[in-house]
Amino acid sequence: MSATVTADQRLSQAKRITVGYGFWIFLLSDIVMFACFFATYAVLVGATDGGPDGRQLFHLDGVAIETACLLASSFTCGLASMAAGNRNAITFYVAMAMTLGLGAVFLGMEATEFLSMAARGAGPTRSAFLSAFFALVGCHGVHVGVGLLWLMTMVAQVYAKGFRADILRRLLCFTLFWHALDIIWVALFTVVYLIGVAP
Amino acid sequence: MPTDDPVWGKLTWAAIPFDSPLPIIASVVVAAVIVAVLGWVVIKGHFPYVWREWFTSVDHKRIGVMYVVLAFVMLVRGFADAAMMRIQQAMALNAPGFLPPEHYDQIFSSHGTLMIFFVAMPFVIGLTNFVVPLQLGIRDVAFPTLNSVSFWLTATGALLVNISLFIGEFARTGWLPYPPLSEIAYSPGVGVDYYLWSLQIAGVGTLLTGINFVTTILKTRAPGMALMRMPMFCWTSLASNLLIVAAFPVLTATLTMLLLDRYLGFHFFTNEGGGNVMMFMNLIWAWGHPEVYILVLPAFGIFSEVIATFSSKSLFGYRSMVVATMAICVLSFMVWLHHFFTMGAGANVNAVFGILSTIIAVPTGVKVFNWLFTIYGGRVRYNVPVLWAIGFMITFVFGGMTGVLLALPPIDFLMHNSLFLVAHFHNVIIGGVVFGLFAGYTYWFPKAFGFRLHEGLGKAAFWFWLIGFYVAFLPLYVLGFLGMTRRMQQYDNPAWQPWLIVAAIGAGLIAIGTVLLIVQLYYSIRHRKLLTDLTGDPWDGRTLEWSTSSPPPLYNYAVLPEVMALDDYWIRKERQIDSQVESPAPHYEAIEVPRNSPTGISCAFFAALLGFALIWHIWWLVALGAFGAFATFVVFAWRDRVEDEFPAAEVARLDRQHLASRRHVAEPGPAS
Repeated sequence: MSATVTADQRLSQAKRITVGYGFWIFLLSDIVMFACFFATYAVLVGATDGGPDGRQLFHLDGVAIETACLLASSFTCGLASMAAGNRNAITFYVAMAMTLGLGAVFLGMEATEFLSMAARGAGPTRSAFLSAFFALVGCHGVHVGVGLLWLMTMVAQVYAKGFRADILRRLLCFTLFWHALDIIWVALFTVVYLIGVAP
Repeated sequence: MPTDDPVWGKLTWAAIPFDSPLPIIASVVVAAVIVAVLGWVVIKGHFPYVWREWFTSVDHKRIGVMYVVLAFVMLVRGFADAAMMRIQQAMALNAPGFLPPEHYDQIFSSHGTLMIFFVAMPFVIGLTNFVVPLQLGIRDVAFPTLNSVSFWLTATGALLVNISLFIGEFARTGWLPYPPLSEIAYSPGVGVDYYLWSLQIAGVGTLLTGINFVTTILKTRAPGMALMRMPMFCWTSLASNLLIVAAFPVLTATLTMLLLDRYLGFHFFTNEGGGNVMMFMNLIWAWGHPEVYILVLPAFGIFSEVIATFSSKSLFGYRSMVVATMAICVLSFMVWLHHFFTMGAGANVNAVFGILSTIIAVPTGVKVFNWLFTIYGGRVRYNVPVLWAIGFMITFVFGGMTGVLLALPPIDFLMHNSLFLVAHFHNVIIGGVVFGLFAGYTYWFPKAFGFRLHEGLGKAAFWFWLIGFYVAFLPLYVLGFLGMTRRMQQYDNPAWQPWLIVAAIGAGLIAIGTVLLIVQLYYSIRHRKLLTDLTGDPWDGRTLEWSTSSPPPLYNYAVLPEVMALDDYWIRKERQIDSQVESPAPHYEAIEVPRNSPTGISCAFFAALLGFALIWHIWWLVALGAFGAFATFVVFAWRDRVEDEFPAAEVARLDRQHLASRRHVAEPGPAS
C-alpha cells in the first residue's frame, strides 16, 4: 500500500515540476513581450511632439506608494503560498485578501494617475512618447488586473475544493505570475519613472 | 466618423459585397460545402462520434491530424488566391484583367497570410503534434487540454480570415501590414482589423503550442531518452518551438501597438505625433525572420528522418546536425534587418546584417552535406518521401543561393521588392517547407491511419509539383531582373508578358499536383484494404514511433520504452533479427489517460465572437465573448475527474494483438 502512495506522490511531484516549468516558459515569453514595449518606449521617449515630457508629468511620490503596495503584495502572496503549503486555510484567505487589497490600491492609483494625465491633455493620443508610456505601463496594469481576477478565482477554488494537488499547482503558477509582475514593475519603475524625472 | 450602432457596431448590409460576384460566389460555394459536410455528418449520425473522438479530443495524435486537415483546406483556399493572381498578371498587359485593384490587393494579402499562418504553421504544428510524443516514447504532451485550446484558437483565426471574404473585406496591405498604409487614416475599412484580430487569436494558440512542446521535449521524455538520443525531428521541433516562445510575443506586441494606433488613436507608427514607422519594420521582422525558421527547421527534421530511414543508415553527422540546428536557432534572431536594407539604416549596419545573413548559409550547408553523406553508400529506396527529399535538396540549395545573393546589400538595393525576391522566398518556402511537409505527410500517414498512401499517385503529384514549381517561379527570377516589382495589378511592359504566361502555366501544373494529392488521398481511403500495414513499421523505420501499432492506441505505448541509444528501435530490431529471440512478454499495468474536454472548442467559440465583435465594434458582444472565454476556463478548472483509466487487461489484449501481427518483421532475410 505504501509503495503505491509513494508512486502517486512521485507522479504528483513530477507533474508539479512539469507545470511549474511550463509556466516559467510562459513567463519568459511574457517578458519578451514586455521587452518589446520597453524597447518601443526607449525609442519613442524623446518623441514628445512638442507636448509634455516625463519630467513635467511624473510624480515620484505616488509612484513610490504604488511600488510599496506592489512589493508588499508580493510578500503577502508569498505568505499565502506558504499557508497553502501548510494547509492553513485561515492564513491563506487573510494573506490572499491582503494581496488583493494591495493590488487593488496599486491599480486604483495607476488609474488615477492615467486619468489625471489625460485630463491635463497628456493622454496617449498626444504624442508618440505618451503612446509608448501608456502602452507599457498599461500593459503591466492589465496584467495586474488579470492577476487579481485570477486571485479571486483561486480563492473561490480553494474555498470550494480545498487544497487539492491540481489546485496547489495552479496556485504555484499564480504566485509565479504575481512575482514576475513585481520584477517587471521594478524595471518599469526604473526605466520609466526614475530615469524619466532625472535632470 | 459616424458613431457606431449600439447593437450592430459598424456592421451594416453594406458589408456584404453584393456588387462583386467573385467573393459572393466563392463564399456561397464554401458555405454550401461546409453545410453539406456538416449536414451529412449529422444526418448519418456521425456527429456524436466526431464530437467525442475528435472535436473534444485532447489526444495529441487526433489534434495533430486536425491541424493537418485544417492546413490542407486552407491550402486549397490559398492556392485559389495564387491561381487568380497568376491569371490576372498573365492577362493584365495594358488591360484591367478580371480583378479590380482593390480586390487584387486583398487577394495577395490573404494569399500570404493564409499560406504562412494557416497552411504552413498548422501543417508544421500538426506533424509536430502527431510525431514528437511518439518519437519521445511518451503517452501525451505535457499539457493535453492546452494543446486542444491551441488548435481551436488557430482554427478560429482561420475562420475569421475566411469570414472576411463574405462580411466586409480583407486587408489590402500585403501579408505584413506595413504602416502608414495600415493605419486608420489610409485603411479605414475593417480589412486590417480582420488581419490583426485573426492573427492575435491564432498567435495565442501558437504561443501555447510553443510552451507545450518546449516543456514536453525538455521535461517529459521516456526513461533513457537523453537529449543526444532524441531523433533529429525532435531536435528541430525543439528549436522551432523555442523560436515560437521567443518570437511570437514580439508579434503579439507589434500587432497590439498597431491595434492601439487604429482603435484608440495612439501614435506608435503614424506619420503624426512623433510616431516611428521604421520601428514597425524592425519589430515585425524581429518576429518575421525567426518565423521562417520556425517553419523550415521542422522540415529539415523531416528530411533527416526520411533520408536516414530510406537509406537504411543512421543519419550522418548527427551531432553536427544538432549543433547546426541550434546555431540556426540563435542566428535567426540576428538577421532581421536584411528585410529592409533599402530603408537607410546606413552602410555599417547593413554590412553587419549582410554578413550575418550569409553566415546562416554555413549551418544550412552542414545540413545539406550531412544528408548527402547519409545517402552516400546507402541502399536508397525511392519511395515518395525520398522523392520529396531529393527534390527539396536541389530546389532548396538553389533557393538558398539566391538568398545569399539577396543578403548582399548592394545587390539587395537592385532586387528589393522585385519579383526576384518573390521567386526567392517561394523557392525556399515551397522547396523547403512545403516539400518537407508533403514528405512528412506521406511518411507518417500509415502511422496515423494504418494504411499507406497510393505510391503511383504520390509520385505523379510530386513530379507535377516539382516541375510546376520551376515553371512557375523561374520566370519570376527573370522578371525581377527585367525590373518588374511585386504586387502589380497591371503593367505596360510587353517584355514581361511572355514570362508571366509561362508562370501561369506553371501554376496550372502545381494545380494538377494539388488535385493529384487530393485524388491520392481519396483513392487510398477507398482502397485502404490493399494498402493496409499491420506491422506498424511499413518503411523499416529507425525511431520509436514505428515500434507501436498503426494507428497507435490512445496511450501510444503499452509499456513505456527504455531507451538505450540513438535509433533505439532500429538497434533492438537488428538484435532481434540476429538473435531470433523474442523479448520477454512485458508486464502490463492500467494506464491513466487524460479525459476529453470541450474546453478548447468552447474557448474558440467565444474567441471567435470576441474577434468578430472587436472587428465590427460590437462592444456588448466583446464583453460576452471575453466573459465566455473566462467562464470556460473556470468550468474547466472546476472539474473533479481529470483522467480515465485504461484497464490493464485491455492494454494487454491490444498489445499482444499488435505483437502477433508483426512477428514476421523479425524474421531473417531482406526486409520488405
